[in-house]
Amino acid sequence: MKRKSVAVVGAAETTKMGKIPDQSVIGLHADAALNAMADAGLKPSDIDGVATAGISPVELAHYLGITPTYADGTSVGGCSFMLHVRHAAAAINEGLAKTILITHGESGRSRVGAGGFGRSASSLMGQFEMPYGVTSPPTMFTVPVLRYLKTYGLTEEDLAWVAVIQREWAAKNPRASFKDPITVDNVLNSPMIAWPFRMLMCCLVTDGGGALILTSADRAKDFPAKPVYILGTGESVETPMVSQMADFTSSKAFRVSGKKAFEEAGIKLADVDHLMIYDAFAHLPLYGLEDLGFCKPGEAAAFVRERNTAPGGKLPLNTNGGGLSYMHSGMYGMYALQESVRQMRGIAPAQVPNAKISIAHGVGGMFAASGTIVFSNEAP
Amino acid sequence: MPPRMLPEPTPETRHFWDGCREGELRLQRCTDCDGEAYFPPRPFCPKCGSRKVEVFKASGKGVLWSYVINHRPRPDMGTEPYAIAVVKLQEGPKMMTNIVGCPQTPEALPLDMAVKVKFEKQSDDISLPFFEPAGA
Repeated sequence: MKRKSVAVVGAAETTKMGKIPDQSVIGLHADAALNAMADAGLKPSDIDGVATAGISPVELAHYLGITPTYADGTSVGGCSFMLHVRHAAAAINEGLAKTILITHGESGRSRVGAGGFGRSASSLMGQFEMPYGVTSPPTMFTVPVLRYLKTYGLTEEDLAWVAVIQREWAAKNPRASFKDPITVDNVLNSPMIAWPFRMLMCCLVTDGGGALILTSADRAKDFPAKPVYILGTGESVETPMVSQMADFTSSKAFRVSGKKAFEEAGIKLADVDHLMIYDAFAHLPLYGLEDLGFCKPGEAAAFVRERNTAPGGKLPLNTNGGGLSYMHSGMYGMYALQESVRQMRGIAPAQVPNAKISIAHGVGGMFAASGTIVFSNEAP
Repeated sequence: MPPRMLPEPTPETRHFWDGCREGELRLQRCTDCDGEAYFPPRPFCPKCGSRKVEVFKASGKGVLWSYVINHRPRPDMGTEPYAIAVVKLQEGPKMMTNIVGCPQTPEALPLDMAVKVKFEKQSDDISLPFFEPAGA
């Protein structure tokens, strides 16, 4: 893929976050979109490309009164928005559209105007996983983890540390759902969800949304906010069924997506100042740290426990508090992207001083898909 | 209690579910490349793309590869807590299943425990392949 010359010029979340019973799914998309347009000083008529997941880009464009020359409905789960950013960057480079709006909105908690979480009994998942009692992500995403723990001699306590340290970040974020400090004991004594996973190792279920606006880097300087440049992007998919992951201790989609993004950006691990790893559950940052190459296999738990990813550590991770403590509407990838953009603009509640390169790494489905975006506040 | 959610076989998976009903765990392998067994069923080799594949009767033996013990309600199961397990078959593929014939506790479910298939009839068409400790 060509070297990117694309930047984020508008970024915003929904006005409210958490429990929003007075807004429907499409209402949350629109609220985030209007906030992002206000951030960029744009009107719907200025947008000529749309991308979204959860609802169709047709619904989004019509609802906002946009007539696009580019529409992307890629829907691979919570990292869809990373893929939308990637595709939008390519589309802008190729001249398919000039100004692309990417939106997310989800009534995960209040379920206003929301669809179900159904799988057909004739799909592969319906035939070969659903009959055995999987219910929802807490009973699927978690399935590989005992193999990971046994392979590297780790325990539930190692998962608990991830939640404890992310709560420290959340405490610095006024919009975080949970801000009170927690201990490893609190996590290990929270209600059992799906052994070895306790409630505090699982993400929140909240309402909210977010939107991004991308345009070419040469136009980006004319917008009110500091441009955030896209240096590199990656994506991949592995399997719709968690039971068919090739390696239960590592995500192939993570490895492929991460490698591609680093190569495109032309950066090394040591160049990364700030990192977001989609944390639907406490094991995901561990897999992400290892599959992106920040830690050797099996060493991420110690890396976290030794406070490398905590406030004051050398690799600030999930600085908004993450899906575990900030918010998680269902497709969290948008919020990881938003936090990367805030960090690059220098306006994050828990700002990392002098951060110049940020990575947002997402997962979709149950290790089904992945998308990785490398951002910088310095023009490439 | 609602009836347990059961698979709806498709033409590509019919041989597998017929096998379960007849007490055989059926896998597939390629006759063009290396002959490695694969799962879930599909009418071509996921390694080389050849349509020259055959169905064969697997040993029904494997080891407990990973699992969670679900405590959340699932009305058509009604047996919470229960383990949602993945078994690694002797022939190589992994498959999701439930472990029957033993307590649903971490102590009774050590990883790498040898297990063997046990079919349980759910309807005239569908028997589900569960696994039980091989020593049982």
